[in-house]
Amino acid sequence: MNTHLKTYHPYVSPFDPCKPMLEKKYSTPPHLYMGFQPPNLPQFSPFEALKAGTLWKDFYDPWYGPNEIAEGGIPS
Amino acid sequence: MWIYEKKLQYPVRVSTCNPMLAKFLIEQYGGADGELAAALRYLNQRYTIPDKVIGLLTDIGTEEFAHLEMIATMVYKLTKDATVEQMKAAGLDGHYADHDKALFYHNAAGIPFTTQYIQAKGDPIADLYEDIAAEEKARATYQWIINMSDDPDINDGLRFLREREIIHSQRFREAVEILKEEKGKKKIF
Amino acid sequence: MKQVPAEYYQLMEQLQAVDFVLVELTLYLDTHNDDLEAINQFNHYVKERKRIKKAFESQFGPLQQFGNSYSGHPWNWDDSPWPWQI
Repeated sequence: MNTHLKTYHPYVSPFDPCKPMLEKKYSTPPHLYMGFQPPNLPQFSPFEALKAGTLWKDFYDPWYGPNEIAEGGIPS
Repeated sequence: MWIYEKKLQYPVRVSTCNPMLAKFLIEQYGGADGELAAALRYLNQRYTIPDKVIGLLTDIGTEEFAHLEMIATMVYKLTKDATVEQMKAAGLDGHYADHDKALFYHNAAGIPFTTQYIQAKGDPIADLYEDIAAEEKARATYQWIINMSDDPDINDGLRFLREREIIHSQRFREAVEILKEEKGKKKIF
Repeated sequence: MKQVPAEYYQLMEQLQAVDFVLVELTLYLDTHNDDLEAINQFNHYVKERKRIKKAFESQFGPLQQFGNSYSGHPWNWDDSPWPWQI
């Protein structure tokens, strides 16, 4: 199983004007690891698929903003 | 030809009258990696691409117009009943002076749409790599807009659109594989 | 002020869900033209869409025009609401 969020730690200078963000994140969605899609991958139901934005569970990788994550309950 | 259907691809909802969000969202209407640029890019490239992938470019290009309509719907709903004071407070005073509430194909910084956003090299691999890059850039743009938005309903629609970029990128990557394939060889999964 | 009933939204969402499956399968089949199971699934949902389209149009008027839907009298294609208004 691949993770779909990677992190890195930029160099922090004592002269940086803003409070340093020690960790930065970037998205690496599931299609980067898929290759040519094999047949018969597990599917969502039509309503679930519409909500997810894809028919195939393996491609589902929702993005939530900091406001939503701060409100709690949403997996990051 | 194209047939219009009186239906959005996804049920778009907006929770609060917040014209500020419209100012960001317009990036995906008339910006470099927006839905208009995407639709025009793919539908233009299909004339000079091998027949095996014309269908894919046609279908993704067509879906992009459905996404353009979703963005337009969000912008329309966010500004429809906004007062002039609200428009000014949202930084849309420049837009209002020129367009009132009319939608316009420009980016979030007000720069009008230009065909410079659309590449067409005529080389199938170069064009498909361009398309893959365009999908990833659009995906990133949706991330940044979701990060700035505090409207859960708008975010719900934007998450759908971001996920579509992932699927389109996947299909374009597969199109490259199809064009790379040696004649007569069977595909192995 | 005339507004559409709750049933409009329900039927519309049913159509959106089925049509979304068809969009996904279309793009998939564009790069997997030999997947018979996916083609069978596609054809199943084509039938399903026809059923929902008929139910929707009988209550709320044509979804497409240029002859892809029947018309009522008077001509009801240009009746409100449009998709971005609902």
